[in-house]
Amino acid sequence: MILPQLFLSFVQIGLFSIGGGYVAIPLIQSQTVDLHHWLTAEQFMDLATIAEMTPGPIALNGATFVGMRVAGLPGAVIATFGCILPSLFIASLLAYIYRKYRELPMLQGVLASLRPAVVALIGAAGLNMLLQIAFGGRQQISPENAQWAAMALFAGAFFSLRKFRLNPILTMALCGAGGLALGLLGLM
Amino acid sequence: MEQSRRKRLLTLFFSMLYISAFTFGGGFVIVTFMKRKFVDELHWLDEQEMLDMTALAQSSPGAIAVNAAILTGWKVGGFAGMAAAVLGTVIPPVVIISVISLFYNLFAENRFVTLVLKGMACGVAAVILDVSLSLGKNVLKSGQWTHYAVMAAAFAATFFFRVNVIWIILAAAVVGAVLVLYSRKGGGQA
Repeated sequence: MILPQLFLSFVQIGLFSIGGGYVAIPLIQSQTVDLHHWLTAEQFMDLATIAEMTPGPIALNGATFVGMRVAGLPGAVIATFGCILPSLFIASLLAYIYRKYRELPMLQGVLASLRPAVVALIGAAGLNMLLQIAFGGRQQISPENAQWAAMALFAGAFFSLRKFRLNPILTMALCGAGGLALGLLGLM
Repeated sequence: MEQSRRKRLLTLFFSMLYISAFTFGGGFVIVTFMKRKFVDELHWLDEQEMLDMTALAQSSPGAIAVNAAILTGWKVGGFAGMAAAVLGTVIPPVVIISVISLFYNLFAENRFVTLVLKGMACGVAAVILDVSLSLGKNVLKSGQWTHYAVMAAAFAATFFFRVNVIWIILAAAVVGAVLVLYSRKGGGQA
């Protein structure tokens, strides 16, 4: 009976994690550690670390990780499917409403005001990330904590993107190679 | 016709696969990569649509990346487009985590892996700030002070006061609705 349980748990996680990964983490913890004991607290820490280090949404990473531990590949697939099922319905409904009613003056007005807010949210996310790589977090901004190599890597990437419109994924891959090289030289 | 539709779906699938495989971090990261691909490169969406979809993706439950894929997929290729975009988004994390979960100690403690990831984080920050700078410039070009005010308030709320993103989206929506009602009322009186 483990597969239906997994499925239902991750449907709940998918349904209630509104606003992205930082909401999903405690939900995954309560379902998989506290409620069903599929993971120990230590395994959950490993999950959080891996989710941070690998691509993809945290909730999906969590679903795959827990599914694999509990029931192998079928578990991973079932948990992942459960996790995206609520999105499939709700985001599709929103897509339909958007297509059908976006010309309405009221919705136009709401969207016009949402766009600058979204721009601000994206900008703030980027700035937080920059502070993270440059100083190890926003609480630690000081010259002693400055990560000069990381800042140089960021500056090079930012310049190439703005000046030469370098492909973003290529930029990231080059930065990965740069991080490895700087690290091996003992600079990072 | 059939040929070009198939090609479009394949491009959508592989674009999402590629973006999803390389985007570390939260939902805003994937959205900025999608903007560069679908707005700047393929011209399948305009910038306004991409921002609208980001707001919608953020406000519906579940992973932002998956929601954004669903919204973009419907727009680009209907139901088949949605399915292609979701599959493209989901496959990389499932494959990567499945493999890593088998030997994660090796992975998490490997010095080379940590260095590459650290370097990549610098690149991600650069991509996000590059895209937000372009988007911000376009907001400033709109010439509407209400938009400047919303942008400044949303930035302060999230960056300085750590207000939950959902509340910021809701507040911006309310401001938009109030402005519509207000201008209607004004129009009636004139």
